[in-house]
Amino acid sequence: MAPIFEVDDLRLHYLTRFGEKIHAVSGVSFSLAKGEVLGIAGESGCGKSTLVGGCMGLFIPPLHPTGGDVRASGVSLMGRTPADVRKNVLGRTVTMIPQGAFNSLNPTRRIRDQAADMIASHEQGVDRRRIQERLRERFSLVGMEPDKVLDAYPIQITAGMRQRCVILISTLLNPQVVIADEPTSALDVTTQKSVIRMMFDLLDKGVFSSMIFITHELPLLRHVAGRIAIMYAGEFVELGTTRQVVFDPRHPYTKALMGAMLSAEPGQKGRKPVAIEGAPPDLSKPVAGCRFAQRCPQARDDCRVERQELRTVGDREVRCAYAV
Amino acid sequence: MPSDTPVFAAEAVSCTFGHGKKLVRAVDDVSFTIADGEIVSLVGGSGCGKSVVAKIMLGLIVPTSGSFLYRDNPVHDLRAHWREVQPVFQDPFSCFNQFFTIRSQLTSSFGIMKEKPSRKQMEERVDQALLAVNIKPPEIEGKYPFELSGGQMQRMLLARIFILRPRVLVADEPTSMVDACVRANILDYLMKLKRELGMTIVFITHDIGLAYYVSDRLFILHGGRIVEQGAPDEVTLRPKNGHTVRLLEDIPDINREWLRR
Repeated sequence: MAPIFEVDDLRLHYLTRFGEKIHAVSGVSFSLAKGEVLGIAGESGCGKSTLVGGCMGLFIPPLHPTGGDVRASGVSLMGRTPADVRKNVLGRTVTMIPQGAFNSLNPTRRIRDQAADMIASHEQGVDRRRIQERLRERFSLVGMEPDKVLDAYPIQITAGMRQRCVILISTLLNPQVVIADEPTSALDVTTQKSVIRMMFDLLDKGVFSSMIFITHELPLLRHVAGRIAIMYAGEFVELGTTRQVVFDPRHPYTKALMGAMLSAEPGQKGRKPVAIEGAPPDLSKPVAGCRFAQRCPQARDDCRVERQELRTVGDREVRCAYAV
Repeated sequence: MPSDTPVFAAEAVSCTFGHGKKLVRAVDDVSFTIADGEIVSLVGGSGCGKSVVAKIMLGLIVPTSGSFLYRDNPVHDLRAHWREVQPVFQDPFSCFNQFFTIRSQLTSSFGIMKEKPSRKQMEERVDQALLAVNIKPPEIEGKYPFELSGGQMQRMLLARIFILRPRVLVADEPTSMVDACVRANILDYLMKLKRELGMTIVFITHDIGLAYYVSDRLFILHGGRIVEQGAPDEVTLRPKNGHTVRLLEDIPDINREWLRR
């Protein structure tokens, strides 16, 4: 089946006011099939959220594209103005679910009005009453009480409910791809579970066709994603099925990331989570050799000189010359 | 030297907000004692009253009823209380003033002390504290809070604790805004505070896995009440209360089925 969403060698940089270029994303490629959920994991500052902007084709300075292409159903999203992207791409083709629901909703307006805006601003001359019916249908679809929630102001509902409203509003126009950027990081574990259940409910009912799920919680990705990409310093360092990446990691960074996880299981109390020492490289300067070499326990001399490319190791892609 | 007097002793503490129909019981008839040198975790979902308990401990909220004692005395003089009990909050960016350099704010935290050390001693203590949280002093020289990452800022909050060396630390969700690597670091620093300074730590979280890892004793809160308490192994491996079971089940774990589709 043809992929519905393709990212091809995408390179993005930030231009600072000193004229310095920070290469936040360098050469990321992946594709999404219908119904697929791709998880992207990595530590803070690895370029996960920058990649989100790139995937939507939304370039607001200081973010600029350096090269590469993003295609949704074969149509390129690159080279458009932000206004064009907002009007014709966001909501319908690609949509984003942000982390902080409270920052995404207007505190002075009811959920109903904000949701109606979403439809009215994308579809010209649509009947007001028809919009209200659609809102009602969509909220009932996931088992929420439309009247109770729609008439509330954001402050009157719980954090989990707010995040659910944000998800419903951003998927009102049945987009093809949903990019969820840390959608549950601000929620407690019980609420997290119910929010994720709702996202899958929407996916199963065909409201949207596929999803990119971004988080730093590998254990969570294990349950939501079919494939996982591990990102480090603007590059994918490992890309494979969930089973491969979580249970049999090959890249030293993936292994280190798994070592930093904790869980409440018998016999785990003595086990110390191992933090990865050091910091990622400065991306404003070209990095010689492997980007993880400075922090890698298995780094050899040539790792610091030779640039690493993604290569296939046991059915998955790994960016490490010594991964077996 | 650990003493036998409990650090905190709560007896039938309740805390309510609002009145009449809109009355909310945030903390409902809670009793507990916390001993010197202990790491105790308060675990519960959003709205279970765990942050209200933290604020009562810090003297920021006065309980509506019941008695709350710090080392056998009620909390009156807040400045004196804060010399001994200090917080680490969830969002470090809202704890620091954006208009002053980080270093000047760390140095100004000496203001709580009765007698300020000399300028030179203060600078030295700040340097030591920064090294204790793995930050080289030149890294933050002349920097403002918005120039650092969330993980670095959270470590600045912990550096404050290393500077002030309070007897008690109340850590309210210190790891919920940082990624997994930084989280492991922060837990390490908490253990270091206990080990090196003998600090009593109250750790507040919604993640029972983290609580299990750090603490000597767990309190599970739900609806403002303590529904279960005990040793970490006892509570997590043989939970008796339905809410504890739920908290445990809701953590996405690598080896267990979590989301049935």
